[in-house]
Amino acid sequence: MSVTLDLSSVSAHYGTTKVLEELSLSVKAGELVSLLGASGCGKTTTLRLVAGFLSPSGGTIRLGGEDLTRKPAHARNIGIVFQNYALFPHLTVEENVAFGLKQRRVEPAARRERALAMLERVGLAEFADRHPAALSGGQKQRVALARALVIDPPLLMFDEPLSNLDAKLRVDMRVEIRRLQQANNTTALYVTHDQEEAFSISDRVAIMNAGRIMQLDAPEVLYSRPANPFVARFVGFENLVRMRVAERMGETVLAEAEGGGRLHLSQQALGPIPDAFVLAARPEGLTVARQGEGIAARLGLRTYLGRAYQYRCETSAGELIANGPLSQPFEPGETVVLTPSLEQCCVLEG
Amino acid sequence: MATRIHPLLVAFAALVFFFLVGPLVIIVGAALSDTSFLTFPPQGLTLHWFSNIFEISAFRETMTTSFLLAFLGTSLSLLVGIPAAYALHRHRVTLPTWLSTVFVLPVLIPEIVFGFSLMKSATAAAGLPIFASLLIGHALLVLPYCVRVVSASLAAFDFSVEEAAVSLGSPPLKTFFTVVLPNIRAGAIAAFILAFITSLNDVSVSLFLTGPGISTLPIQLLAHMEQFFDPTIAAVSVLLMAVTVAVMAVVEATLGLSFLTK
Repeated sequence: MSVTLDLSSVSAHYGTTKVLEELSLSVKAGELVSLLGASGCGKTTTLRLVAGFLSPSGGTIRLGGEDLTRKPAHARNIGIVFQNYALFPHLTVEENVAFGLKQRRVEPAARRERALAMLERVGLAEFADRHPAALSGGQKQRVALARALVIDPPLLMFDEPLSNLDAKLRVDMRVEIRRLQQANNTTALYVTHDQEEAFSISDRVAIMNAGRIMQLDAPEVLYSRPANPFVARFVGFENLVRMRVAERMGETVLAEAEGGGRLHLSQQALGPIPDAFVLAARPEGLTVARQGEGIAARLGLRTYLGRAYQYRCETSAGELIANGPLSQPFEPGETVVLTPSLEQCCVLEG
Repeated sequence: MATRIHPLLVAFAALVFFFLVGPLVIIVGAALSDTSFLTFPPQGLTLHWFSNIFEISAFRETMTTSFLLAFLGTSLSLLVGIPAAYALHRHRVTLPTWLSTVFVLPVLIPEIVFGFSLMKSATAAAGLPIFASLLIGHALLVLPYCVRVVSASLAAFDFSVEEAAVSLGSPPLKTFFTVVLPNIRAGAIAAFILAFITSLNDVSVSLFLTGPGISTLPIQLLAHMEQFFDPTIAAVSVLLMAVTVAVMAVVEATLGLSFLTK
């Protein structure tokens, strides 16, 4: 039984500081949505509001159509996996997993059976009688996952569940989390500051900043078609150049960069181009060349990336970051031209 | 691996130990003396003075009072102290910092001032019975120990564990008893013992609050000394020491003394 999670115009304050501003978000049944952003962007606050650990100063939170806003946390029936595992230190692994079932007055025998079956699913059946202190970080997080899943909650929430694990384990765990979430077809809300993690695990990702959702889309859309400069920067479009259309020639547009430099841009490659816009380019989408059409630049620091050289470039539109081929290194101080490769660029409303 | 130790350091350390342990040895010795006055080294050996404690009804009665008072006072103090320590930790971001200082006031203020002000308020102004004001006095006296020691346990407690329990369907109050309390159990026991000993051995606060018919063992000890200077006083002192040591030994055996120093 999958349900939807709906937040509409939810606001939150800490004292007089506003941490969430009229946030609206809808997670479809069986969908995994990530809240992605730097610390302080409001992602954890959002999760805590849904959990009931905080009360919103405005707006409503609905789960499967039922209004949760005034419901106490212990009555919400949401499985949560915490960053620091939050296992009960005084209980065994099995008792940890069975805790939620005990609250639901499940008979001891059935409780034990279900807890052990869940531990089996996360591969920890032989650790049932241990205490959490005797487990590794990865094992602890699997117990936490089992504990949240065993109550068969309509909604699962993850609060940076992998940030205390090492890199290899993080990848394994996120695959495991995704597999279990999909197998149970549970609606899930996942909080992280790690872009790779969010993109790899989610159906959709909400990129957050200063208490607002900047864009909510599938990872593929976020990565190739960011909706605004903030999201563009976030997903790696490090170069944002303000431009104006000088002349329209059918599908092709001749545009002028803010500090000078003219470019022919194809609307076939970039989509419709408004009169004033921002051209966003990843470093690998901006190539250094001796001559040709592009933005004039003076090369600064050169760094070696393995597959290419990367240059800090001074231009009249500010500092831009561009890549150059390994076969032809340029020296700092050289005057060059930066040419965008359009498949690595996108056009933003200016 | 012979490390050279300066002879002066040896002498200094020996002196420290002598002054720490010496008086206690003298008391034990004096309690065993066969004379009718306090003396050291003991002349002859007898356990008569220990049995004498129990023959003097004032000692019997005050001993009962003292133990009852220590037990009830400490329990009362924990009843207040555990929730207070919990609240101070749980809401430390929003609570003003001076609030935690309030709970240690009884040890910051000179005990004699504390005792006197309690006499003025509890006994004189409110007109409470002697035992009731003694109970309140002792509960307040040991409150700082309760709050502090329980706080130390709570500092190591991760409150997201509590949130996890709530999210799994356990109401907040139940969570406190089934999840929080078991994890601060060691601190609560340590606090109980420290507070119990403090209450049992207290003079300054009790001095002001005892009255006709009701007294505590340390106060009775003082009263007795004013009239008789016999080894019974030493025997009572040894008894109080023995109780303290016995309690400590129980803690050491069950929890380890590190709980007291943490």
